[in-house]
Parts: sequence; C-alpha cells; structure tokens
Amino acid sequence: MEQNLVLLLLLTPFVGFLFNVFFGKKVGKAMSGAIGTLSIVVSFVVSIYFFMQLNQTGKPIQISLFDWISVSNFKLDFGILLDQLSLLWLLFVTGIGSLIHLYSISYMNDDENMHKFFAYLNLFVFFMITLVVGSNLLIMFIGWEGVGLCSYLLIGFWHKNQDYNDAAKKAFIMNRIGDLGFLIGIFILGSVFSTLDFVQMENGLNVGTANTGMLGLAALCLFIGACGKSAQLPLYTWLPDAMAGPTPVSALIHAATMVTAGIFMITRMNFLFDLDIDSVHLVNLIITIVGATTAIVAATIGLAQNDIKKVLAYSTVSQLGLMFVALGLGAYNVAVFHVITHAFFKACLFLGSGSVIHALHGEQDMRKMGGLKKAMPITFWTMLISTLAIAGIFPFAGFWSKDEILITAFHGNITIWIVCSICSINTAFYMFRLMYLTFFKTFRGTEEQKHHLHESPSLITIPLIVLAILATIGGAINLPGSMWLNHYLEPIFATVSHEEHVLGNTEYMLMGIALAGAILGIGLAFSKYIKQNVVPNEDNEIKGLTKIVYNKYYVDEFYTFLIVRPINGLSNFFRTTLEPALSKTVFRLANVTYVMANQGKKAHNGSVGLYLFAFVIGVCSIIIYLFLV
Amino acid sequence: MNNILNEIGIENYLFLSVLLFCIGIFGVLYRRNAIIVFMSIEIMLNAVNLLFVAFSTYHQDSQGQVFVFFSMAVAAAEVAVGLAILVSVFRNLGSIDIANLKNLKG
Repeated sequence: MEQNLVLLLLLTPFVGFLFNVFFGKKVGKAMSGAIGTLSIVVSFVVSIYFFMQLNQTGKPIQISLFDWISVSNFKLDFGILLDQLSLLWLLFVTGIGSLIHLYSISYMNDDENMHKFFAYLNLFVFFMITLVVGSNLLIMFIGWEGVGLCSYLLIGFWHKNQDYNDAAKKAFIMNRIGDLGFLIGIFILGSVFSTLDFVQMENGLNVGTANTGMLGLAALCLFIGACGKSAQLPLYTWLPDAMAGPTPVSALIHAATMVTAGIFMITRMNFLFDLDIDSVHLVNLIITIVGATTAIVAATIGLAQNDIKKVLAYSTVSQLGLMFVALGLGAYNVAVFHVITHAFFKACLFLGSGSVIHALHGEQDMRKMGGLKKAMPITFWTMLISTLAIAGIFPFAGFWSKDEILITAFHGNITIWIVCSICSINTAFYMFRLMYLTFFKTFRGTEEQKHHLHESPSLITIPLIVLAILATIGGAINLPGSMWLNHYLEPIFATVSHEEHVLGNTEYMLMGIALAGAILGIGLAFSKYIKQNVVPNEDNEIKGLTKIVYNKYYVDEFYTFLIVRPINGLSNFFRTTLEPALSKTVFRLANVTYVMANQGKKAHNGSVGLYLFAFVIGVCSIIIYLFLV
Repeated sequence: MNNILNEIGIENYLFLSVLLFCIGIFGVLYRRNAIIVFMSIEIMLNAVNLLFVAFSTYHQDSQGQVFVFFSMAVAAAEVAVGLAILVSVFRNLGSIDIANLKNLKG
C-alpha cells in the first residue's frame, strides 16, 4: 500500500511528462495544461496523506524499492525516505507547483509549444520529488542533475532568441561546476562510510566507526555543490540570467523550489555539518561568510536594476544568502522556515510580475510601467502583501522567518548581523522601488499598451491570491511561543541544539530594529520614487556608483576576463599553433616512411639473379649466425 | 671392414661435397641461362645426397641411403616440372635468359 502510494507520488508527474511529450500536441492546449496540472495535484494530495500519517505515527517511512549497487562492501538500495524534512519539501514543491501549473495554463496559452512547456514542467517536478525523497545521496544526485536539465530546457524555452540560449547554457555550465564539487563530496563520503544512505551514514557517525579525517573536505565539497544550485557567490551569476525563461519557470524553479535544493541538501546532511571537528567548523564559517557576502552583494545590485524580473532574481539570490547564513550558524530549522516563507512570497511576486508582463505584452522594463494599480487591482494587492512579507513587516510571513535569521546571526556573530540587517534595509528599499515604479504614479508606456491594460484572467489571479494568503499567514507555522516547525523538525537534526527562544528584551529589541530597518528602507523608497517622483535614468545616462551597481559590479565581465578570455586564448593557441605543429609532425613521420618505401622499392627490380643472390646471402648469414654465435 | 670409405677417408667426401655445393651456388649466381641454373641446383642437391650416403656408410646405418632414394625420386619429379616450366617460358618469351624474367618487379 505505502509502496504503491509512494510510486504514485513519484511517477504521476513523470506520466504527465510522457503524456505531454507524446500526445500533448494532439489533445490541444487546454487538455495538455489540465493533464499537466492534475498530475502535480495528485502528487500534492498523496503528499498531504503521508504528511498526516507521519504526524500521527511520528515515524519516518522508509521503503526500499530494489538493490541498486552492490560492489564488495559498498551497498546501495534504491530507496525512498519520507521523513519530516522531505515531506515538508514535498508539500511546498507540489503545492506551489500545482498553483504555478494552474497559472501557466493561462500564461502560456499564446505559446504554440505549450504542451512542451508542460512536459518540461512535469519532468521538473518529477526530478524535484526524486531529489527530495531519495534515501541516499546518489538518488538525490539523480534528481539534482535532472532539475538542472529541466532548468536548462526551460530557460532556453524560447530558443529562437540566442540570448536566451546563452543564458540557458550559462546556467547549465555554472551548475556543472557546483555539481563536480557535489560529486567529489559524494565520492569522499562513499569511501569513508561505504554507503551513501542518509540513515546509515548518520548511524556510522554516531557509532564513531567512521574515519573523520576527510569529512571536513567532504562537507566543503557538498557546500560547493550547494553554491552552484542555490546561486551563491561565486557561482550566482547564472540565476539573474535565468530570468530569460518564461515567468512561471522563474517562479517555480528559480525562486521557490530548485534553488532551495542546496539548502535542502545541507539540512539533510546536517549530521555531517554539525560534527564537532575543526575542519567542519571552518566549513561552517565559510558557509556563513559566503552567505552573508552573497546576501549583501545581491541586495545592492538589486537596488539599481530596472528589469522587474532581474530585481526579483537578485532578491532571490540575496534571500538565499540569508538562508545560508542560518545554515552556517547551525540553525537549520531557521533556514528551512525561511525557505518555506520565501517560497510563498517570492512565488507570488514572480507570478505577479508575470501578470504585469502579460498585461504589457512582454514589457519587463519598470521605466516603462507605472500607474498599474487601477488597472490591475488583484495583482497589485497580492504583490503588495508579498512585498510587505519580503521586506519583513509585521505580521507577514517574512517578518518572522527573517527575524529568526537575524536573531541567530546576532547570537552568532555581530558583524554578520550588521551585514544581514543592512541587507534587509536594502531589500525593503528595492522591493518598494519595484512597487512604486510599477504600480504608482502615471503610466509611462505607449498609448497602445495603455489601451490594452487589463487585469489578468482568474486562472492567473487565483494562484496569486492563494499565495498572498500564504505569504500573510505563513509565519504562523513557527511563531515564537508555539514553534511548531522547530518541534516538527526535531527528529531530523542530529544534535538538538536549539534552546527555546525565550522572548527576552534582546529579542524584542532585535525585532524592533529589524522592523525599523524595513520601515526605513520603505521610507527611503517612498521619498525618492513617490515624493521626488524619480524615474531611473536611461541606460546611457547612468553614471558613477549607480553605473557600477547597475552593471552588477562587472562580475560577468570579471569572469570573462579571468576565465573565458584565457580559455579562449588557450584554445586559440592550440588551434593556430599547437594543432598545426602536431599535424606537421605526423605528416613528416608519414613522409619518412614514404621515402624509405620508395628507396626499398628499388630492390624489387624483378631480376631473378638478384633475388637468388639475396637468398644465398640470407642463408649464409643464418648459417654463420647459427654456427658462430 | 675394408671398404672404399676407409681407403679414401670421410673428410675427402666432405671436401668433394662442399666443392660441388659451391659450384652449384656459383652456377646459380653467375649464369643467366635458366637451364644451367637448373643444372646447378641439381648439382647442389646431389652434393647433399653424396653427403647423406657418405655418412650413412660411415655410421653403418642404411637409413641415409634410403633417404637418398626418396630425394632422388622427388628430384626427378621436380626436374620434370621445372623443365616443363622452362619450356613454357621459352614459348612465351623466346628465350630462357633469366634476366628477361622481370614480371616480379615491384
């Protein structure tokens, strides 16, 4: 029974994928979208069932489907592990996934390849579920690579635009760098534990049989993998470019689910990252610093972007950075909490921006928007709620989760706390800059566009409303006082380290500071974009510091200079110098043989006398050799 | 036993045999007439046959002489084939000068 249900959970999206690949075009757009959505809903319902069951029994469900690899003492089952962590992830992956599929039915209706879009989206959900429910690192890696593939396919979905193809390739290659780290980490763990099963590895550590010498390195390698997938410094540049994909893709893959895979993986491996040895402490420090740096770098870049989706993309990178800060400080539950609330409000924001872009027929530049509040009230209100949530305004979801991260940072390291606080002021500023530029004042686009302004159909607004509600009340799962999420996740964590948050004066003070910071950011945005009515300059008029920030600190150019150019130079050198030299050498050698053969040919002059002479000489030499030597 | 071998001595048979063999070799190498070359080959063959017989007598073992009979029989057959080839060569080329047989030229 359980096994069948698990297979149902896992394979329905895959069946949806197959159906859309083979019959999607035939059955028409509406049917294709409906099948795609329905297959995810089924998974969602099964996830809820398992979630209920787990809540009653409290026992994780382990199912071994078959023996997968068995080489000498290394054994691996193809198994499923449904515990508190994976079920939590399943719920929001399939839940938000269903909403976004629903949204896509309307959003992608004008696209001739809609069935392909749903096929890819279904495949993505299938791989994401594989990633989440796998009972060992290798199954997780299958999902990990699969979601990367789907991300690539969907970023380059409009493949007639070469820029989009380049963005897709960039995402794929950047991820590959991280994946190499992940793979090396898996190899190290495999050689240390002789298994990759999460439960067995944890037991191995508890028993203390494992050799801990290499574990620090393994943790670092896993973190590099997480860096690639979750867009952390220095591998984050693919995520903003990934906005080339259709907006539902940005919402599902590049905001809510796939990019949190790195956080999921580290949380899953928390027994490794919690080890009390120096090398692992160092890795945790690196995670914290990388997270904080990413958060602040991305948040500042977000200040000057004019593409509505780019702002959201940098905001995603920045929020992911905050989650990594929490991970580095050992507060896995806090990171998970922020992942969930972030999934709600960021998916809502992306879908909202998609609704705006849809209404403006593909316009993404905020300088050409404005005044959309009247025309699109539902989009406006839902996005406003999510913006308040991400800015960290009481009592929306983001306030609680971000506040927990700040409290953790404050207890961990005061510098990190300051960085994170600056980061959240920036967040509040650029998010309200986005809101003001998009929805307030007057419309700055063409008359034609103004004429066509309209609220999106209900298939688009319903997911927005649901997500906005979740963004409002999502914080309830881990309110200070009840801490439901923390208790729920307790069995997952190797060391139950979190002390009950007593809401002392410090905590209230920190909440106050965070709230004041958010309001400060909003106020700054208000005074600049509402009171002074500033509209960002055209590209060629941008000057000074803004220009540096607008051009993303020239990180892409720096990478081009540091990596792409030398590689191009090297390949050019190989092509123009080394390769001709090599081929010349080979040709010379061939020529030597040719010349020698020509000389040797002369001996074959057909004269029987000469042959006989050679024969006699030969026989004589053999005899002399036999007798004398 | 008072046979001819004792009177002459085995070494003289060896000398004769080597001499015949060398004559055969030089005949093969220096003459261009195919029939002479053929005869030279026969001389070499018979030089070896002579050695066989001489040693056979020397060792008081008749096996060597038996072998010589066989080898002479085979040589006779071989001569028949060889001469037939020479005839056909002569018919095709109008001469039996081996310098003219250049079909093997590489």
